[in-house]
Amino acid sequence: MNSGFDIQPFLLSFRLAAITTVMLFIISVPLAWKLSQTRSRSKPFVEALVSMPIVLPPTVLGFYLLVFLSDRSPLGGFIKEVLGLDLVFTFEGVLVASCIYSFPFMLQPLQSGMEQVPVKLLEASYTLGKSKFNTLFHVILPNIKPSLLTGLIITFAHTVGEFGVVLMVGGSIQGETRVASIAIYELVELLDYRTAHIYSLILIAFSFIVLVSVYILNHRKRGTG
Amino acid sequence: MIVASLKKQLEGAGGTFMLETDVTIERGGITAIAGPSGSGKTTFLRMLAGLTSPDEGLLEVGGEVWFRKDTGKKKQVNLKPQQRRVGVVFQGYALFPHMTVLGNLLYASRDREMAEKLLNLVGLLQLKHARPANLSGGQKQRVALARALMQRPRILLLDEPLSALDESMKTLLQDELLKVNKELGVTILIVTHDSSEMYKLCDRVLLFEMGRIAADTSPRKLFVERQTTQKFAFKGEILEIRAVDAVYIAVVAIGNNLVEVVIDSDEKEGLQSGDSVIVGTKAFNPTVRKFAPKDFDISRL
Repeated sequence: MNSGFDIQPFLLSFRLAAITTVMLFIISVPLAWKLSQTRSRSKPFVEALVSMPIVLPPTVLGFYLLVFLSDRSPLGGFIKEVLGLDLVFTFEGVLVASCIYSFPFMLQPLQSGMEQVPVKLLEASYTLGKSKFNTLFHVILPNIKPSLLTGLIITFAHTVGEFGVVLMVGGSIQGETRVASIAIYELVELLDYRTAHIYSLILIAFSFIVLVSVYILNHRKRGTG
Repeated sequence: MIVASLKKQLEGAGGTFMLETDVTIERGGITAIAGPSGSGKTTFLRMLAGLTSPDEGLLEVGGEVWFRKDTGKKKQVNLKPQQRRVGVVFQGYALFPHMTVLGNLLYASRDREMAEKLLNLVGLLQLKHARPANLSGGQKQRVALARALMQRPRILLLDEPLSALDESMKTLLQDELLKVNKELGVTILIVTHDSSEMYKLCDRVLLFEMGRIAADTSPRKLFVERQTTQKFAFKGEILEIRAVDAVYIAVVAIGNNLVEVVIDSDEKEGLQSGDSVIVGTKAFNPTVRKFAPKDFDISRL
């Protein structure tokens, strides 16, 4: 039963990771900014909620997403009716799951980067007549480039590396939800060790390169900081 | 004209205290804000800039209400810092590290002509493409000053801008501040501990003590006319007192100079090495007496 090497699971993985990264970046920048500025008592609760995927087994997250996103649940039914989207065993469903699963990996570096920008810089910007929005884009973001890159790279890599949530929510549908990590699991089940080796080695090389670049970035940050 | 009648509760080293100001500042002058650390000087500036909210009171600038909250009322007016057009030169300068010198100025306002004019005024036109990290302390200070002036502020606030600089650089920047004040007609408030700076720059000194304005006077009154019988007076520290025949000789460090002063046994009473003292003259004879904080007290002026 040699299925041979197929590029499709990798393309699917990278597509999923790229869209997840972009979406999380758009969501996380304003939220991280808000969290870095606020002294509200609800802050630890928001932080804890976003960070849950780090400690929860992916199966728990996947299980509840499966329950809530299914069109038999009120939420899933509503989404299907209003947006025409089926979120179970589809690419879109896996995308939603990925966004929740990788959220902390984008939010945390952004937030900690923003918290380290000296308050004086923000105040200087305000006294120069610049709005908070302007300050975020022209003062904060350019000053936390290493944190931005760390967030982007880690989120992308973490999404490529996810398995449990995708399996629960997406199953293994070729071209739709069968990403690289799932493909390896299937190959092993089919006893196709040769292809499983190839897939695995690609992922090992990829992960290593990603982590090396993150560490290089962080060292450079310390060097110039 | 600035009318600042403001109250705010502050946390000090010795517990909470009230910062209470009731002061009117004329347009176009340079006013020094002096006093010991933790007396509310910086908070006063921050309340003017809109970076810290007072608990209650009234702040009016040029007839426009910037802050108003009456005792016991919920309703308040509180303009954002963005709406006040107050130039601030922060302690540590707060330059944007990712922008060039020119970029820092243009961020404040996209007026290139104004930016070049101001850089010329502070003598930094040559360095307009440099990054803040490559500038000296004095250069950074001048960039911060030019940047604060970019939006043609009505008020310029400086928080100990010159304290980290050496004497020659200080003199240079003091001249620049005077120039800015004259040429642009900006009202300037400057936090400083340096008496020569107050004397040279300012027409008025507000002396803060534990949140109150303990003295509101001219530098001349504060430093020169304080003791009318004295021709000059310097603050110094006693390094040694030794007995010579019937009198004593005190070695006093004043600035970087050491001075030997002859004192008699009455004067020696209560003085010892390490004391802060005032060295002055009466009828051409130097005198030494213990420095007390009340030398800064209005009742003695």
